Amino acid sequence: MTPRAQKWLISGPPLVYLLIFFAIPTLIMGLASFRYAGELGGLAPLTSGDPDELAGFTLESYQRFFSDLIYAQLFFKSFIYATVTTLLCLLLAYPLALTISRSPKKYRDLLVLLVILPFWSNFLIRIYAWMIILGPQSAFSKLFNGAIGIFGVEPLPLLFSPFAVLVGLVYVHLPFMVLPLYANLEKHDPTLLDAAQDLGAGAWKRFWRVTFPLSLPGVYAGAALVFIPALGIFAIPDLLGGTDSILIGNVIKQQFLDARDWPFGGVLSIVLTLLAILFAGLAAWVARGQRY
Amino acid sequence: MKRNSRVLWAASLGTYAFLYVPLVVVVVYSFNDSRLNAEWVGFTWHWYDVLFHDEQMLGAAWNSLVIGLVSSAVATALGTMAGYAMYRYRLRLLPVLVLTPIAIPEILMGVSLLIFFVMLNLTLGLVSIILSHIAFSVGFVAIVVRSRLAGMDDSLTEAARDLGATPWRSFRLVTLPLIMPGIVAGALMAFTLSIDDFVITFFTAGVDSTTLPLQIYSMIKIAVTPEVNAVSTLLMLLTLLLIVIATRLAPGALRGE
Repeated sequence: MTPRAQKWLISGPPLVYLLIFFAIPTLIMGLASFRYAGELGGLAPLTSGDPDELAGFTLESYQRFFSDLIYAQLFFKSFIYATVTTLLCLLLAYPLALTISRSPKKYRDLLVLLVILPFWSNFLIRIYAWMIILGPQSAFSKLFNGAIGIFGVEPLPLLFSPFAVLVGLVYVHLPFMVLPLYANLEKHDPTLLDAAQDLGAGAWKRFWRVTFPLSLPGVYAGAALVFIPALGIFAIPDLLGGTDSILIGNVIKQQFLDARDWPFGGVLSIVLTLLAILFAGLAAWVARGQRY
Repeated sequence: MKRNSRVLWAASLGTYAFLYVPLVVVVVYSFNDSRLNAEWVGFTWHWYDVLFHDEQMLGAAWNSLVIGLVSSAVATALGTMAGYAMYRYRLRLLPVLVLTPIAIPEILMGVSLLIFFVMLNLTLGLVSIILSHIAFSVGFVAIVVRSRLAGMDDSLTEAARDLGATPWRSFRLVTLPLIMPGIVAGALMAFTLSIDDFVITFFTAGVDSTTLPLQIYSMIKIAVTPEVNAVSTLLMLLTLLLIVIATRLAPGALRGE
């Protein structure tokens, strides 16, 4: 067997499978966004003998997308939620990653495993846990409302609020921020900090001038891993949010399953795909400028 | 310096608590003798009893098991090939196809597969779910296998070739046993991902093919019930068991090293 034949024999099957069940469906989704919606949902036929029947390709769904500001606002809202989630994850993950990277070597693997472990429990279970904790009868809700009651604030419903959605988003994505940060911080040369200290830098200055700049590639990688999935999430707003926290993922789901307007759902999906690629590219491009 | 590290430790402990308290709450309330997940009333096995008599839930668990076993078997074969190919050859298209499904929001893969299956006139059900699960698991297996290969000493296969082994023999007798822990870890990962998947299954499932996550979703969408706590606790135990096996077989594999 020639090496060339060998290469195709090994890479061929996964390549063909992913072409059929990933690349082609993605292309079809792109094409679907240029079609008419079917009368009973789905897509209208490509060709039709009846001139009154809608068939073929159209820019109608794109016109609808650009003519109403509400969809751009929806993307902007999703963008804000994803950004806040990323920042909160960074805030929680950084001290943790730093602590793990400075722990004795023999404990590091265990500490990292402890971060990953919750991630391997079912996604819905983790959201459900917050439905319990933030529910109106929970101890946490009573404690919280008791505390704000002291200051004369009316009791707030915690569940089905933007707050609950953010908690869920941060909870689900946190490990994706910790891991790349840790992978980066672990490689830092501790003598750099000693040198900075010898030169008179305080703890704070050592962090901002040495550790943090060196950790930026880890920050960018973590930000991309949190931000991009958070952008398209629909189950978290669906279960933890109220009517005011509907995000782009929820509307895409609605278009495909409830409204059954596939072309328009296709348009929203294409815009989301482009945004995901844009931000992934941006993260890669910014990280390339960094050494380490 | 000492004071700083103490502040860091306190913050880290808080974050660990944030990660674990919710899961502990779910487990604890699965034994609570109350319909509400609010106050501890007393210990009971009642919710596990309810769970094991819930025909719908058992049916969903069976579906999940079948889908998980079939899709992880196929994904492991394809993923091992992909991981080996990506390690051995300079390829352009395959790495892109392997890595993008992992990087993009899951909902996109869900809706595009929905359109695809409907266009093919394939009735949505177990088959469409299995085909979709294979598609998103291949990449994870490939990454684990490739990282295992990258940690392997190339001179071993070279030695086998020098001693006259054909490429296939040297692969089967040298490479394959060495990367086996990676393959098994990849298989367990594919199985866990399949059992856990909600988003892609949500779009590619039909009427009679409810899986465990879909069943849980429809239950918690209506109300919080301790039966969900019980099934969650069992699922967590199962996942924990699989992780213990995986880390025994391939330390570091789950971190994508």
